[in-house]
Amino acid sequence: MILIVTLLVVLMLAAAICAAVFKDLISAVISGCLVSLIAAVLFYLLHAPDVAMAEASIGAALVTAVFIIAIKRTERYEE
Amino acid sequence: MRTFIVILLLAVTCLGIYSVLVHIPFGTGPSETGTHYLANTRSDTGASNAVTAVVVGYRGFDTLGEVTVLFLTAMGVGAVLATLQNREKRSIEKASLILTAACRFLFPLTLLFGAYIFLHGHLTPGGGFQGGAVIASGFLLVYLGCHGRRISRPASKVFESAGGLLFVGIGLAGLYVGSRFFLSNFLPAGEFNTLLSAGIIPVIYIGVGIKVGAELTGIIDRMMEDT
Repeated sequence: MILIVTLLVVLMLAAAICAAVFKDLISAVISGCLVSLIAAVLFYLLHAPDVAMAEASIGAALVTAVFIIAIKRTERYEE
Repeated sequence: MRTFIVILLLAVTCLGIYSVLVHIPFGTGPSETGTHYLANTRSDTGASNAVTAVVVGYRGFDTLGEVTVLFLTAMGVGAVLATLQNREKRSIEKASLILTAACRFLFPLTLLFGAYIFLHGHLTPGGGFQGGAVIASGFLLVYLGCHGRRISRPASKVFESAGGLLFVGIGLAGLYVGSRFFLSNFLPAGEFNTLLSAGIIPVIYIGVGIKVGAELTGIIDRMMEDT
């Protein structure tokens, strides 16, 4: 159990760093989506299914969609 | 100057997190208030989901504030995007047959699941906000997969207003019936652990679910306007 949680937290940190570093904004948004998704799993493991549900549907689905629409209207690469 | 402000903000954030962690130990049993809620939820509200009892029962007024914040956000997005003048129509490629067929199949199921979440908010994990978000993600699926299908804006406004009015109306009704305070639980508590129980909680969550679903769908609709 503690091993799974450690693995998830390490993955989450790696995804968060990737989201900040990537110059391709679509990749950065997908990394951010991964952070939300792992956070949802962690919330579920912490016995907070309500928060997990909100995090998965808002953080992983809707926010990602809104960011991708915004990138489509502007520029894909950060200079 | 800018670096100084960043360092200051970081220090304030660290101080906040540190003081919270010191005063509320992480991972130990519930606090005094939490113990009270867990012990009295059943007799006070009749809801079997203690989280919902806190969100809509004990702290219903906070939830009204949250719903208002979401409403302002949706309105702000609409106002900002409405001022954009240069709307050139962009041609986008049509979604593939597989995506379209899958969206048509999944859309009603997603709506049903969202409605299930907010109808059973007082029994199982979840509630109006989660159910509304699931419903909005169903509409997002349609916007992505089914080319040219859009919601009717007047209808979504009617749903949104009806949800908000239901919430405020139930709250104001509590002023005149029952314990005479805003959002007092004046409906009968019903049989514990059944769908028709917990008084006003399911009614409010139906309103919140419809309102949140309509608002988030409205944000998506505004953002995908010219695509």
